[in-house]
Amino acid sequence: MGAAGSPRPESGIELWAWMFMRVSGVVLLFLALGHLLIMHLINNVDHIDFQFVAQRYATPFWRTYDLVMLWLALIHGTNGVRMVLVDYISPRGWRAASLASLYVVSFILLTLGSLAILTFQPPLMGP
Amino acid sequence: MQVTLKIQRYNPEKDKAPWWGEYKIEAEPTDRLLDALNYVKWHLDGTLTYRRSCAHGICGSDAMQINGANRLACKVLLRNLGQVITVEPLRGYKVIKDLLVDMDAFLARYRSMKPFLITHSPQPEKERLQSPEDRERFDDTTKCILCGCCTSGCPSFWANGEYVGPAAIVNAHRFLFDSRDEGTVERIELLNTVDGVWRCRTIFNCVEACPREINVTRAIGEVKKAILMQKV
Ligand code: FES
Repeated sequence: MGAAGSPRPESGIELWAWMFMRVSGVVLLFLALGHLLIMHLINNVDHIDFQFVAQRYATPFWRTYDLVMLWLALIHGTNGVRMVLVDYISPRGWRAASLASLYVVSFILLTLGSLAILTFQPPLMGP
Repeated sequence: MQVTLKIQRYNPEKDKAPWWGEYKIEAEPTDRLLDALNYVKWHLDGTLTYRRSCAHGICGSDAMQINGANRLACKVLLRNLGQVITVEPLRGYKVIKDLLVDMDAFLARYRSMKPFLITHSPQPEKERLQSPEDRERFDDTTKCILCGCCTSGCPSFWANGEYVGPAAIVNAHRFLFDSRDEGTVERIELLNTVDGVWRCRTIFNCVEACPREINVTRAIGEVKKAILMQKV
């Protein structure tokens, strides 16, 4: 235990993290359910192939849908793991190291995912 | 009725590790656990150490783990506890001896929340008046007796002792929502930190533990919302 009774002032990021978790949670509920409905219930997974994706990504709507879902879900998850790490890892060095690796992994995933969604070029539909 | 008390004993000056003391006693079903502890101390083993004062659930001295739950020994009856009763000190605080724990850090966190009326406006001629509705607003959190049951039952506190803990937040709530108090900004500054209100993960153990039936998690939630309203 550190200096008892003197919580150190922080930048207030925790407030926004808390708010983000709630808002993204609600939005994700609809996005993820919609995703589940379209990709797993209406369309059988066997039918989801390159053609299917190409067709979907021909319009910006589904790209935006997937991009929003990717960002919200990934940041929501990263923040959740961050809270677990901050809760359970007290030694400064270990905490910093674990947080740093978490951020690196999330950043890579976010970049790869965004690249895939944004740069995918659907070839012109064949006959 | 006959009951067996299994009490966790520990004297740091003598014992390497805590051990279980077993005491078989004859008692009435309507006796409180505190009566049973008194019996052990007065007739069987005078070295048993615990804290108690009012014996009527109002001073908050005798909080301990009773059959694994944080309770006041003076508020539970033996008939609700079964034949074999385990009694342990509160979790998360340093054990001084047997059931007696060190509450210094806990009380320091309570004091850090400035649990007193803060005013900046000029003093009125008479008292600062308050309507019954305004008084009602924070009635629940005035009931806290600082026994430590909630904070000691909080997994966030077990994981990280830097957390101010539910009891401190409850007492901040008591003044934050008092219409006469003008210390909102200072208190929100103290609470809007990682180790302040944001370490609460809404686990509800505090509600389960509170012997005064304060809705602790709701109070913490209201403080979170108050901070949000203040900052946006
Ligand atoms: S002895 Fe005072 S609360 Fe139990």
